[in-house]
This record gives sequence, structure tokens and C-alpha cells, in this order.
Amino acid sequence: MKEFLVLSPTAILGYGFPLSSLKEGLNHRPHAIAVDAGSTDPGPYYLGAGVPFTCRDAVKRDLGYLLSAAAANSIPLLIGSAGGSGGEPHLKRDVELIIEIAGQKDLHFKIAVIHAEVDREQVRDSLRQGKVKPLGPVPPLQESDLDEAVRIVGQMGIEPLIGALEIGAQVIVAGRAYDPAVFAAPACKSGCKTGPAIHMGKILECGAIASTPGSGSDCLLGRIGQGYFEVETLNPARVCTVTSVAAHTLYEKSDPLHLPFPGGHLDLKETRFEQVAKNRVKVTGSKFVPAQKYTVKLEGVKKVGFRTVAIAGCRDPVMIREIDHVIEVVRERTRDNFSGTMGNYSLGFKIYGKNGVMGVLEPVKNIIPHEIGIVIEAIGKTQETADTICGFARSAMLHSSYPGRKATAGNLAFPFSPTEFKGGEVFNCNIYHLMEVEDPFELFPMEIINV
Amino acid sequence: MKNIRLTEMARVLRSKNSGPYELTLDIIFKDRESFELARRSGIFTEKFFASLYSIKTDQVIGVIEFAPANAIKATIVRPIVSGCAGDGDIYGAQQHAPLLSIEVPIR
Repeated sequence: MKEFLVLSPTAILGYGFPLSSLKEGLNHRPHAIAVDAGSTDPGPYYLGAGVPFTCRDAVKRDLGYLLSAAAANSIPLLIGSAGGSGGEPHLKRDVELIIEIAGQKDLHFKIAVIHAEVDREQVRDSLRQGKVKPLGPVPPLQESDLDEAVRIVGQMGIEPLIGALEIGAQVIVAGRAYDPAVFAAPACKSGCKTGPAIHMGKILECGAIASTPGSGSDCLLGRIGQGYFEVETLNPARVCTVTSVAAHTLYEKSDPLHLPFPGGHLDLKETRFEQVAKNRVKVTGSKFVPAQKYTVKLEGVKKVGFRTVAIAGCRDPVMIREIDHVIEVVRERTRDNFSGTMGNYSLGFKIYGKNGVMGVLEPVKNIIPHEIGIVIEAIGKTQETADTICGFARSAMLHSSYPGRKATAGNLAFPFSPTEFKGGEVFNCNIYHLMEVEDPFELFPMEIINV
Repeated sequence: MKNIRLTEMARVLRSKNSGPYELTLDIIFKDRESFELARRSGIFTEKFFASLYSIKTDQVIGVIEFAPANAIKATIVRPIVSGCAGDGDIYGAQQHAPLLSIEVPIR
């Protein structure tokens, strides 16, 4: 069997890549270019608000080069989790950019758009039939979660992508997709085995992060043959090493021996990593174990209100010593002042220098820093409520008294005017569940656009 | 018996979300020998990670050895789901600091 080559230009569409790396990658004559555009890492806001976490112009820059490269070499370009979260508004942004670029560059191709937003009534039917289960330490799904969810996406596997390749799509823009799927799908379609193909996708999906020195804005090349795959860097400044590639196998996963994905899992107990060239690592022994029932991961978020934040510093050693007391006083003052008239709100304080980063997990307890950073956060049902609570708490904290106080002019140093910033809508994750489906295609309708 | 600092034995010590509900901690040793020494020390248990992060043992989802990468990893339940009010680290990428102070008893 001939080797099948997949070029991964960058960790996330819009994170960029050096043109020299792309050119070197194309010199190897890859059979497909694939790029992941998404992540749940930036938190629930982007899925809920329907906003991409990548900037339009940065994505347009990357897409411009990738579409030209795919067209010039007559190879497919696959984009997974378009627009970051892979919902309808996210997908729409990236599809519009592709059409715009095609017009500007006079490029012509068949685009397959694969949708991934899931209708809540379909999930409700499955839930009632007992076909929806929590994924990890997540409460069981309730019908009220479905009512509250503002948007739900399903994570597609390789099957809908292979379907799009089979009908001759040259550009495939997928909504929410299992990150490695866009890399594995073209390899599987050409006859490569699922195990090595998915494992290769897992390494390629973050671009050069799996190399050393790692980078989220550089290319990586994967080649897959009978029972193995290899990954290599394309920039002389980096190399793939056994450690960098093996380490990436663990990345963001709870159990590297058992990596689940739509339709099965990877068994990596027998996996071996071997340095075969200075910049290239060979991986063997990655096995695919099909699932008894095909499941799709669902991700959904609900809206909880609006946020306002204030940022301040403090350099007074007595105030710093008394900070927990001051926070309690400010909470009580705020509660008392509005005595129920503001509805439910939440007021939070992050104390950087103390435990702002780790919160309850912080093991260092008894330390008095010489200065602290304070973030006051209010979440209310409306933006006005959040503004009011945050502004009131800020002024209360500025002028609050505390034991041993010498500095009576003000307790806080504000770096900015205005002191408060509107954070806009706030969302919480409320769906992170697996749903059984009869058919890997059923949640993911495809649409064809010819440009 | 002597102790060796984990920072001298490991090439990578990091934390990251494994989805929005879990936090996963990676210890990747610099070579097979260091990995074997750490493994034989027997200290990397669920109880150990619970005490390192002052959480209950049932909040440690698992501790797994991954020999092909000379790695030991532990996964814990996030005390606050990523992005919910009170969370201070949406990506979970800065929860690794307690790993830096571990000392491994060498038998």
C-alpha cells in the first residue's frame, strides 16, 4: 500500500503558520490538507453567544493560503468544528469567508457543508428512551436542561466526512467534529486502518504543538501506511521526538490507554513510538476497537445572565492581611443595600497573589504577599443589574474600614477609567452527554455549494 | 532511602482540561529509568493526588501509567466546571504548580 499523506497547517484555523512551512509541506505532495478550527477550551460563552473565538481576518488569512494550495494541488481541504464551536452561526462565518475568498481569487470547487447543531426535541426523544448518558462527572440529563439550553451541538465522527469526500467535495466545512476526524477521514477513505488514522489525527490536530519546541502556529505532516503512521515537522527550527509525540497522545485526555471517539475507542496499550529520522517519529500498534453502540457527544450551554467586572490592585499590607474580612463586609453591605430588589445575583472576588488562579485547590494558604490584584465580578439577570452590583461592591470595597486601617483615602488602586467593564452574556455548560444513534450520519445533514 | 525532586526526574509537568468537567495532570519522565523509579516508589496513588490538592479521594477519577510515553497521569473532577461563576482557570492550564514540589522516595 502506498503511503497516504495529510498536511496539518496549524493548531486552530486562524492561529497562522509560516508560509515556508506550508510550502515545504506541499513539496511532499500531500493527499489532503486538514485543519481543526475548534475547541471547547475557551469556555461556554462562544457556543452560547454564537460567536467564533477566532478573529475573522486571521481566519481569512489562513483560509486564503489553504484554499489556493488545495486548488493548485487538486487535493481536498477539510475543516473541522468550523468557527470554533461548530454551531450554525460559527459554520456560517467560515462558509461565508470561503465563498468570499473563492470570489476574490477566482477559485472554483464543490463545497460540502456538514451541519452539527442538534434539535432539542430529537435529544428529548432519545432521553425518554434512555439513550442519553452523562460523559464523566456530569449530572444525568434532565428535560429542563434541554429547555434551558440555548444551543446544542453534536460531535461528528469520520463517517459524514468520508461521505462528503465520496461525493467529490473538494472543500469540506464541518460543524462540531471530533478533533482528529478531519485528518483521519481522508486516510480511511483511501483504505487506511481506523486505529492508526485516528491516532495520527490526534497528533496532527494541534499542528506543531506535538513537536519541540512546540508551536500552535506551525505545520506538521502525517504519513500513514500499513499498520503505522509517521509525523514530521516541516520547519527546520523544530523536530518531532518520541517524547513530544507520545506526550501529545496524553494531551487533554483522561486515559491515554483508552481514547473514546464516535463509534469506538483507540486501544494504545501496545503502541510504540520510534525515532526514524531527526524530525520524524513512527508510531505502531494503535488499535481501533469498535463500540457496540454508536454514540455522539452532545455539548450544550444555558444562559445564566450578564457579567460586569472591575479590576483593582492593593499595596497596603494591613488591607492585604485583612482581605477576607473586607470581602465579607462588602458582600454584606451589598446584600443589605439592595435587600432583595436586584433579584438573584452572584458577586465574586478573585484575589491574585493569594488564590486567584487555583481557588479551593490552592495548597499555599498562609502567605502575605506585598501586593495583590483583585477582580470583582458580578453576574445579574440583566446587564444593568450586573453593572449596579459590581459598581456598588467596588465603591464599598474602596472605602470599607478594617481593623488597623491607616490609609483612609481609599483601599484600591484602579488601573483603568472606567473602572468597570461589561462582560456581556454569561453561559454555563449544561449538556455534556453521550447520545446513542442508529446511524453516524443522522445528526449531521450535508449541503452542497458549488462556487 | 533518599528523595529525588520530581522536577529533576520529569521533562513535563502540566495540567489541562479534559473536557469542561475534568482536570488532567501529566507527569512525563525524562527517560524510562526515571519513570521506573517513580513507579516503584509507589507514591503516585489516588490518595496522594487527593492530598496534594486537598480534595476527597472520590474526586480523583484515576491515576494511569502510560509506559510508551514514560508518563503517569492523574485526572480529578474540576471543583468548578470550566467557565462557571468562580472558576479561575477556564483552560485548566495553571493547576500544575503543586506537582513541582513533589519529592520521590527512591527505594
